[in-house]
Amino acid sequence: MRRFLLSLGLVLGLCATGARADLDPAALKGLASDDFDAKQAAITGLAATGDADAERVLKALADDALAVAGGRVVITAGGQVLDAASGAAIKPAPANPESIGLNNALRQQVDGALAALRLFSADRAERLAAAKLLLADMGDGAALLPILDKAVKAEADGEIKTILAQLHAQARLTSPDAAVRLAAVQTLGESASPAVKALLLPLIEKQGDAYLETDDKVRYAAQTAIKSIEGRLAWSETAGQIFTGVSLGSILLLAALGLAITYGVMGVINMAHGELLMIGAYSAYAMQTLFRASFPDFVDYYLVAAVPVAFFVAALVGMAMERTVIRHLYGRPLETLLATWGLSLVLIQAARLLFGAQNVEVANPVWMSGGVQIAENLSLPWNRLVIVAFSGFVLLLVWLMMNKTRLGMFVRAVTQNRPMAGCVGVPTARIDTLAFGIGSGIAGLGGVALSQIANVGPDMGTGYIVDSFMVVVLGGVGQLAGAVWAALGLGVVSKFLEGWAGAVIAKILVLVFIIIFIQKRPQGLFALKGRFVEN
Amino acid sequence: MRTPASIKLVAGLGPKGWLAVAITALVAWVLVPLAHLMLPESHPLHVSTFAITLIGKILCYAVVAVAMDLIWGYGGILSLGHGLFFALGGYSFGMYLMRQIGREGSYQSDLPDFMVFLDWKELPWYWTGSDHFLWAIFLAVAVPGVIAWIFGYFAFRSRIKGVYFSIITQALTYAAMLFFFRNETGFGGNNGFTDFKRILGYSITAPETRLVLFGLSVALLLGTLILGRVLIASKFGKVLTAIRDAESRVMFIGYNPLHYKLFIWTVSAMLCGLAGALYVPQVGIINPSEMSVANSIEIAIWVAVGGRGTLIGPVFGAAIVNLSKSWFTTSFPEYWLFFLGLLFILVTLYLPQGVVGLWAKLTRREAKAAAAQAKAETPAAPAARNSESNAAELPAGAAKGASA
Repeated sequence: MRRFLLSLGLVLGLCATGARADLDPAALKGLASDDFDAKQAAITGLAATGDADAERVLKALADDALAVAGGRVVITAGGQVLDAASGAAIKPAPANPESIGLNNALRQQVDGALAALRLFSADRAERLAAAKLLLADMGDGAALLPILDKAVKAEADGEIKTILAQLHAQARLTSPDAAVRLAAVQTLGESASPAVKALLLPLIEKQGDAYLETDDKVRYAAQTAIKSIEGRLAWSETAGQIFTGVSLGSILLLAALGLAITYGVMGVINMAHGELLMIGAYSAYAMQTLFRASFPDFVDYYLVAAVPVAFFVAALVGMAMERTVIRHLYGRPLETLLATWGLSLVLIQAARLLFGAQNVEVANPVWMSGGVQIAENLSLPWNRLVIVAFSGFVLLLVWLMMNKTRLGMFVRAVTQNRPMAGCVGVPTARIDTLAFGIGSGIAGLGGVALSQIANVGPDMGTGYIVDSFMVVVLGGVGQLAGAVWAALGLGVVSKFLEGWAGAVIAKILVLVFIIIFIQKRPQGLFALKGRFVEN
Repeated sequence: MRTPASIKLVAGLGPKGWLAVAITALVAWVLVPLAHLMLPESHPLHVSTFAITLIGKILCYAVVAVAMDLIWGYGGILSLGHGLFFALGGYSFGMYLMRQIGREGSYQSDLPDFMVFLDWKELPWYWTGSDHFLWAIFLAVAVPGVIAWIFGYFAFRSRIKGVYFSIITQALTYAAMLFFFRNETGFGGNNGFTDFKRILGYSITAPETRLVLFGLSVALLLGTLILGRVLIASKFGKVLTAIRDAESRVMFIGYNPLHYKLFIWTVSAMLCGLAGALYVPQVGIINPSEMSVANSIEIAIWVAVGGRGTLIGPVFGAAIVNLSKSWFTTSFPEYWLFFLGLLFILVTLYLPQGVVGLWAKLTRREAKAAAAQAKAETPAAPAARNSESNAAELPAGAAKGASA
């Protein structure tokens, strides 16, 4: 019985090993060598074979499980000692296997080789992952060249093949043969990736008096390649800047829409407007906490619930402010400025006491994380896309409210001529309160949007009052279209200026621009038509 | 015939005013130094170093408050950016104080420490001459003045006013703060200027130096008040208050509001610059947070608490707010913002004339009650009704003396 089992095991073992050729023990010897170059060559050789045995050995090497015992290279696994070449257990286990050490450079090479070997995996996802891993960090390209040669030829999948072609060219850049380098540079020139550009840049650099790249032709080709990559990158960079500008503009729009309504209707600036944004953001935080505690299954949808909550909380706070303070200062806009500043101080301090002085964490729901990859160097994050769409949606609602409802008509009437509107029976005092509530609610919505891309803290709103007021000034009072153009314009322009001159100078330039603009058009981009008299 | 300036000056203040000036000067220049230097610390009348620094600081704030009152209370222009001019004056004088450190900084270099830290080899061009005391004083007045003039010219020319003007001044100081926060701007970035050692060769921490700075602050405040009184009582002041109350009408009469506004705006900024220059050696630090939006708005509340359109009100306002600030921030730090916020709201709602206005109202009520009593006895004369605004503050003779 025992003999039967033994022979069965033997047969199975033979089958297992017989399916593939054993590795050449002589090639493995190099791994045990003390010489760095010999070790390196042995690893390269192993990787180039590209088969599963080689992978097994390299893995063992990476795990420090490879050892030398009795003149043979062996793998120590658990209590067993296996022959590295065949994978068969050695019995009896040789005494004192001496582990093969790796330095950092070699370890990197082994890791690279392992990744390269996975390029031959049957699983497409694994091949793609391996290719991307190598793209991120290839290590010593020249050592991988043979295996990449093979992989490019074997690959059938288009996406992986493009990556491999780039890797292949990248590996050939370090070739000692100028013709090979030239071909590699020409291949790379077709890419549109900033990483490739960075790769080519050293070729045209000088060290001391001599160029790093000695061959003129290669250098010239590199220059052309860099130029064509830059050309391809330029449009997507511009597109990226426009997008960040638009997303900044849509935040500005959400912040300014409410201000535009209240300033238009009542002629007062609510300095606590930024704090209404803060209230909206904290509503999102409160909903997130509530959902985490009570409805953990729906936690990804807390944001949907936060939208109405933020609107109503901010609107209520706003209406309370209007009833208790602002109403009593009618006709004294400068005092209103100071009183609402006082309100903002009280609100900030209240938030500090309620939620702590530190910023709180508001997480993006899963469906808002990640982004859409438009080009190699241009990815639009979902949270910003959602915010742009959301502000468009809010804008639509406000437009409908202002133009299609009775309330909106009253608001417009009071904006244009308060005493006349009162004469024909518009309840101006109630319109004031409602308009203030709606404006505040919109600010609350802006706060929800802001909570997804900025820090949520007690004084997050202080910076927004100036920016939103600039939008109102630029767009013209009481004009939705003006606010939209001004917000998007300011957003895009300040992002471009930032790229060109830095954030601080950009802010100053925008301010100077607005002061000059007011010289020319004190009534803003879009003025209400009509005849007015001051005072 | 024009009245000579000296007569205007004497008449502008009146005997009571000059008496008050003399008493203040006596207290500040004689009694306080004596109490500080001669009396032992245990003596109940001893004035501590802490008190001198605190009062000196508040005196500088009071100058800013009066300067603010000149444009807001009398000109109707609410600036939310006056902290900028104050800080610019402070920075101008701070440059001199930094140069006075000499080689005693941590790096033993001729350059200020932060420049060594940035690896700069020489002073930037705008630091030229900063080792001269008089040049520093000149800069402290000229820099805020020039910036205010340029900004004011463009703002007033296009008739920006009301909340527009306020918000734009706020944006101005905000942008300047961001600008000064940068290290490359060359004013010490985040940390600003500090660790001053001496001024004109005298140690900056010596009690005598502190007393001199204190005395100078009192002098600056008195000077500001006298200047304000003369300006307000003159024809210029009349036109200015007229512009405040009805700008269009003043224009129709034939005055150009631009010159009036621009003049008082620039003077106000220069006064703030001087106050800043005196403030920095007393507190020993200047950094960009002085230009923060919140600081500038606080200046407005000093004026509002004290009473707009009166010259003495802002002095009280600055003192009340800042004394309560130093009390709150040591005793109940978390309630200071509540207090300040409520102060903003309640003062604007219920005390539009500030504490001075409240005082005037109370005394008037007493006078009325007395008059009513008199009327009850002799039913004839109707109770005299004081016109609103600053009638309670301005002595009637002053206005007549100047407007000839």
